[in-house]
Amino acid sequence: MRVAVPVFPGSNCDHDALHACGTVMGWDTIPVWHMETRLPENTELVFVPGGFSYGDYLRCGAIAALAPIMADVRRHADNGGLVLGVCNGFQILCEAQMLPGALLRNESLRFIHADIHLRVEQADLPFTRSMKAGEVFRVPIAHAEGNFTLDPAELVDLEARGGVAFRYCSPKGEIGEPHVPNGAMNGIAGIVNVRGNVLGMMPHPERAVDPRLGPTGGLGVFKSLAETFARA
Amino acid sequence: MKVRVSVQLKPGILDPQGKAVEQGLHGFGFEVDHVRIGRLIEMDVPGKDPLEVKAKALAMCEKLLVNPVMEKASIEVL
Repeated sequence: MRVAVPVFPGSNCDHDALHACGTVMGWDTIPVWHMETRLPENTELVFVPGGFSYGDYLRCGAIAALAPIMADVRRHADNGGLVLGVCNGFQILCEAQMLPGALLRNESLRFIHADIHLRVEQADLPFTRSMKAGEVFRVPIAHAEGNFTLDPAELVDLEARGGVAFRYCSPKGEIGEPHVPNGAMNGIAGIVNVRGNVLGMMPHPERAVDPRLGPTGGLGVFKSLAETFARA
Repeated sequence: MKVRVSVQLKPGILDPQGKAVEQGLHGFGFEVDHVRIGRLIEMDVPGKDPLEVKAKALAMCEKLLVNPVMEKASIEVL
């Protein structure tokens, strides 16, 4: 089980990703500098980490989407390989047009860091298969641009094809505006591409996996990936 | 040639920054509405034909300068 974590200038969650995949899950996890043109041989998962790649210049993720390593990340995804983008990683995948939509400034204009609840909307994905549809889990968010936006017609398509993986919710799993921290359309916290092998999400499951550091609400995503790898 | 690309949020896209500035202006007693904040990009582009230069700038917008999900641009060749 091999994981590659692309590291951009300004990434700051790369070590969280390395810790979650490497130390906690015990996977062979390799940081890959953005100037590299090839992922390590036999990479099964690319974890695009959070942070402020290239200082968020122009738009969050816009410059990182053009980094040399991203061409190989795209090739990996085109071949059916798994890609998980968290926070700035999600923004990068949108800017790279590997996922639809864009992440705008939070409605409140503020950087928000908080523990929030997510409801699993699709439980048959490589990233969610150890969870149940409707299951609620608690993970942190930490972002200023997490307000997911999509052209209204495309939003209808996204919902219709079951492209929404996670939605913000109350601790009991109720959805609706009061439970959406950032103004995201339809309370969307995470989405997948049509093929279901590329997932982007604003919340940080990798920051909630080690009992020595706190709650472990994010483990479901990693257990699901472990199950996916075991099946492969 | 000098090119000026003005990038604006599309109509209907929430602009909390514009809203905050609008409220600030109201605080000073200015009567303003629909304040929108964008980005101005200036650059020198080689070439002598304004149409050709504009076409290059348009290609730059499509590749990088504009995110069509949320933004639109206008190009001025000076």
